[in-house]
Amino acid sequence: MWQKLYAWLDERLGLGEMYTALLDRPEPRGNWWNTLGSASLFLFILQTVTGIFLTVYYTPSPDHAYDSIQYIMTGVAFGWLIRGIHHWGASLMVIVVFIHMLRVFVTGSYKYPRELTWLVGIGLLLMTIGMGFTGYLLPWHQMAFWATTVGTQIAGSVPFLGDFILKALRGGPDLSALTLQRFFAAHIWILPIALLGLIGAHLYLIIKHGESHFPGKDD
Amino acid sequence: MSSGSNHLSRRDFIKFTTGAVGGIITVGLGIPAVGYLVDPALKEDKAGKPIAIGKLADIPVGKPYPFSFTVTKVNGWERTAANYGGYVLRKSEAPEDILILSSRCTHLGCTVNWHEESNAYLCPCHDAKFSAEGQVLDGPPPIPLRHFNFTIEDDTLVITPVEIGQEG
Repeated sequence: MWQKLYAWLDERLGLGEMYTALLDRPEPRGNWWNTLGSASLFLFILQTVTGIFLTVYYTPSPDHAYDSIQYIMTGVAFGWLIRGIHHWGASLMVIVVFIHMLRVFVTGSYKYPRELTWLVGIGLLLMTIGMGFTGYLLPWHQMAFWATTVGTQIAGSVPFLGDFILKALRGGPDLSALTLQRFFAAHIWILPIALLGLIGAHLYLIIKHGESHFPGKDD
Repeated sequence: MSSGSNHLSRRDFIKFTTGAVGGIITVGLGIPAVGYLVDPALKEDKAGKPIAIGKLADIPVGKPYPFSFTVTKVNGWERTAANYGGYVLRKSEAPEDILILSSRCTHLGCTVNWHEESNAYLCPCHDAKFSAEGQVLDGPPPIPLRHFNFTIEDDTLVITPVEIGQEG
């Protein structure tokens, strides 16, 4: 019965091919350094899930942001766990993505025909850092407020365009409710959607080209 | 290599381990996640402090006398003020012969109003009709209007802001 159902679906969806392409494709040789991309993907999914859960209680308003997070930490069952995973997972994701990039660089895996995979990866690194930057403001405590003050001030030091960039980031000349709201929008909508698109492109390119061999003595 | 049925191939071992670890993570995160989502539904609603609603001498006998009060509750990280109302009915001059009804309709929670000409409480939402003592006269409500318990302290009427009714 189930076999028949599976066969029916497989014939129409190509489940077997999908499985082979995603999970059963040939690898050059088992190496733990090759798992960092999957680890990054796992962390992205974990951050997405815990992030969605956090929005159930979090309120992006100067009046309520801090209190709502205090409530998540002390008033809601397992709130400490959900936020804890999101908080530490964020740092871990930046670290894992960066080590993944280093590995690709050291093994020369960015070379022909994988240049585009590398370029998309640069986009992924920037988006990941952007997620960290925007997420850091959301607790709206002293550390968050001043870190964003400094961060946006640095972005404002760009010649000629600096003042415009600073105001565009802050939603005005000062940090305000507008800053919190636009960082929140960037953090839960704009950057995640961009990340998702880039992850799709990255995965497609990896499946298309396969994993690169580690360079040997002859290379 | 799979030389016998008792031997697990390296490939199957990896598959099994991946599935098991994935399952542990899903359950380990899934159960707390459900608790996190339904948490507000599991918190107990605390009864409010008694509220004084007026001097007995000011309340007429034989006619529903409206009153309202505000209960401030902490919902999450915020205090929310909710308005409640009701009617005091002094059935006779005896100070204890009092019925205090809630004006929250037992159908779907709209506020009923005393209507002098009809000699009834009317609900604006679905035309429900209750008698002066709260019994259902017409319309969809399943039970009579709920009431509040009260005490009389120094000629002042004090209610416990918890609605009591014939639930079920």
